[in-house]
Amino acid sequence: MSGRVLIDVRDLWKSFGDNHVLRGISLELIEGDTLVVLGSSGCGKSVLLKHIIGLLVPDRGEVLFHGRNIFDMNARELGEARQHFGMVFQGAALFDSMTVGENIGLPAVEHKGMRGQELEALVEEKLRLVGLEGLSRLRPAEISGGMKKRVALARAIALNPDIILYDEPTTGLDPIMAEQINKLIRDTQNKLSATSIVVTHDLHSACFIGDRVALIENGKIEFIGSTDELMETEDEAVQNFIARGHANRGPRENDGAGLH
Amino acid sequence: MDLFARIGQSAINMFGIVGSAGIVFWRALISLHRLPRSMKLVVEQMQRIGVESLPLVLVTSVFTGAVASVQVSYQLNEYLPKAYLGTAIFKFVVIELGPVLTALVIGGRVGASIAAELGTMRVTEQIDAMEAMAIDPHRYLVMPRILGALIMLPVLTVIADTLAIGGGFVVSNVALDVSGKVFVDGMRTLFYAGDVLGGLIKACVFGLIIALMGCTAGLAARGGAVGVGRAATRAVVASCVLILISDYVLTTLIYGIIFS
Repeated sequence: MSGRVLIDVRDLWKSFGDNHVLRGISLELIEGDTLVVLGSSGCGKSVLLKHIIGLLVPDRGEVLFHGRNIFDMNARELGEARQHFGMVFQGAALFDSMTVGENIGLPAVEHKGMRGQELEALVEEKLRLVGLEGLSRLRPAEISGGMKKRVALARAIALNPDIILYDEPTTGLDPIMAEQINKLIRDTQNKLSATSIVVTHDLHSACFIGDRVALIENGKIEFIGSTDELMETEDEAVQNFIARGHANRGPRENDGAGLH
Repeated sequence: MDLFARIGQSAINMFGIVGSAGIVFWRALISLHRLPRSMKLVVEQMQRIGVESLPLVLVTSVFTGAVASVQVSYQLNEYLPKAYLGTAIFKFVVIELGPVLTALVIGGRVGASIAAELGTMRVTEQIDAMEAMAIDPHRYLVMPRILGALIMLPVLTVIADTLAIGGGFVVSNVALDVSGKVFVDGMRTLFYAGDVLGGLIKACVFGLIIALMGCTAGLAARGGAVGVGRAATRAVVASCVLILISDYVLTTLIYGIIFS
């Protein structure tokens, strides 16, 4: 590992009642890196992501962004820190009272005071990046699930953030659309040179998108390393997860790109 | 015992929502310095809360005035001359019926709608998405709704007062054998501008209660469609109860102390 540490998660603990979701998670995100957080459903991946952007407050532990704990920041500082992030939510989380274009343009309107043609140009540029040019006037209810995820990505990258967080970007999509989203994520990373954290339970996506992979089981990190190391490790928990991943996808898809 | 436990639980819930509303109100208040940027949103809410409620207010107030006219005429019958019909209608309407009935019907219509909208945004992660974009939902969603209701409730009350008195006037003329001149003279007899002003002050407070309860219940919604439904119910129940309680307190303060 080399390069500057952008996000440093230290000993993060979080419980919801008796449900202990995170049990001492620690990891580092290096600038320019794409870290995939892998794990089965309900293991705390999304909760971890929401801690990183300060939407949840941990019971214990800290998240350092450029060396500062985001949970010690006041509202203004946290707002400034969040402007360095873009987040794609699991259900896309598009504002359904707005059009696609208004959704994508909202961060620019609110933070840059952008209006008129400049705003329209920005929206069209971002829509073009995700392959949806000309759809800015549609409402979220009028587009498909896969298109919503793309619009969510376009909104997340509207202000060219340093860090993009993806929460289950391919969940609920058919395999072809999932593949397209995976490619789109990789292309976006190449074009924007952003640092990314992708939370997924899909091993295939993880290998296709990620530089490094962290596997969470029972609220703890079982493994962290490169995708090659993931496939070669002897660790039992990792082997079990990979075996489950293969079983879920079926033999033909296991031959697909990205799996080593 | 079960009944007492339920009543106690309801009281605790009511205190809980009032406490949360205090925090929501404070956060909306400290975002007021960004009002110029939110003016468009405020105007949009004024339209939704005020203009779109007009048909409901029209029906409610015209018939309230008509019923009040019949009732007052029946009560006065044996004790006072009918010249006082206009006086009584005017005072009843501007002090009590206009503000309170308008607030109760708007509380049902607007309170539920705000809670359902914000509740849906909460459970579909749209509020999280907004926070992740460094846009404060208290400024973007709550403050415009509070201002919209605060401005429009007195306006709706003036319209309701006028329509209710109009309804009373027509019924007096047509059905109760009181001429227009006698009715208007009656209104003038004990006219006191403080009565109207007091009613409008109450309307402002009721507007604040309606928007605040809707926003608080909506922001606290959890757990899908059922949670959104519960949030709407909580908003309406809390607004109605608080409107009636604060009506007593305000009436005592305004007419018992300030204008006495």
